[in-house]
Parts: sequence; structure tokens; C-alpha cells
Amino acid sequence: MIDWIELSPSPLSAATAVDFATDPSAGGIDLFLGTTRGEKNTAGKDLIALDYEAYPEMAVGQMRDLAVRARDQWPILKLVLLHRTGRVGVGEPSVVIAVSTAHRAASFEACRWLIDKLKTEVAVWKKEVWADGSTSWVDGHEIEPRQP
Amino acid sequence: MRVTVKLFAMLREKAGVSTLSFDLPENSTVDTVLQRLLEAHPDISQLLAKAACALNQAYSPRSTVLQDGDELALIPPVSGG
Repeated sequence: MIDWIELSPSPLSAATAVDFATDPSAGGIDLFLGTTRGEKNTAGKDLIALDYEAYPEMAVGQMRDLAVRARDQWPILKLVLLHRTGRVGVGEPSVVIAVSTAHRAASFEACRWLIDKLKTEVAVWKKEVWADGSTSWVDGHEIEPRQP
Repeated sequence: MRVTVKLFAMLREKAGVSTLSFDLPENSTVDTVLQRLLEAHPDISQLLAKAACALNQAYSPRSTVLQDGDELALIPPVSGG
């Protein structure tokens, strides 16, 4: 397997992703973690977690497509793209991306591109869970389909 | 023909259902399903206006003609990451 692409209900490990991305030809591995940020809502309640929902059959295909598109743009050695489903507590990662390339500039650029596209294209949604038990869906990015 | 419809996130919560199926005449389009869905769940009209349509896991225009067994997913604005 060249790329590790997964939608996972279990906690994500950055160390395992780095291990996977490690390559003897690499001069750099760029690692990105997207984590649940602690916040207060307008009622002053603390955020305790984000609940992630996906359309798995589609989201995994879209993540694979992002990997292919990234490889079209940068000379990537190894690529990891992981996204959580279910409840992700404050400080825990919901996304892990690791990219190794021969030279560091490409791994920084590819990693940045992957998280930007992941957030705006892939069929995943998150709901904020507040300390008082209330919940709110996060405003998302409207999909404008590329014409076939 | 029979088509399965999947709803997600706020759309699923508002409608109170995650999967529906519709019996439709031949040559029905994605738009036909959206009209049927609105008749059954008029309260989701605002959310539906912002949703994209994915036919068998690929984004598709609302004029697309459906086939028996198709899966149509309604994708509200995405918020992964």
C-alpha cells in the first residue's frame, strides 16, 4: 500500500502515521494534526467535544482522490490521510496528515493543500457538544460540484 | 423503479430520518426526488437548497436521469477537519 487513507472511529496516532511516512529517500516529513479546540459558546458554556459524522462510502473515495491529486502536483514518497468519526474530545486529533518528500518545500505544500481540500470537499460533518448537553452543527462549506 | 435517498448531518436531524426510498416512474431525475422529498418533509426546504446531490457517491447535477437501484445522497455544506 503506497498511501494510508482511512476514516476511523478509533483515536488516531500521530506516531504511527510518521512511522508509515518514513522513507529512506525522504529529506522531510510534514505532519499535520487537526485537533478539537476548546471554546465557549455565546451562553458561556465550554465545548467538551466534536461529534463527527461521515458518508463513509463517499468520503473514503474522496480522500483517495485527494491523495491522487496531491501526487499529481508534488513528488510524494509516502502519504497518510486519516479522519476520525464519532466523538473527539478537546485536544484530541480529528485529522492526521503526514507527507514525506525528498525536499521539505513539497511536503509543507502538499500537507497544507490536503487539509484545505479535506475541509472543503469531503463528505464529513461536525457537531459541537457543549458542557450543558446542547449541540450545534458547525457551518460548513457548500459544495459546488465540478461539472462532469 | 426504486431509488434510495440518504440524508446526513443537520438535514438528517431536521427530517428525523437517515434513509428513505422512493418508487418513481422511468426517466425520473434527481430533481424529481427532491420534489418528492419536499412533499414528505416540507420543513427541510431551506437546508435542501444548500445541499449538493451525490448520485452513487459522485456529485451530480439535478437534471441527471436516475436508474433503478440508484443511491442519491443529499450533502449539506461539509465541515470536516
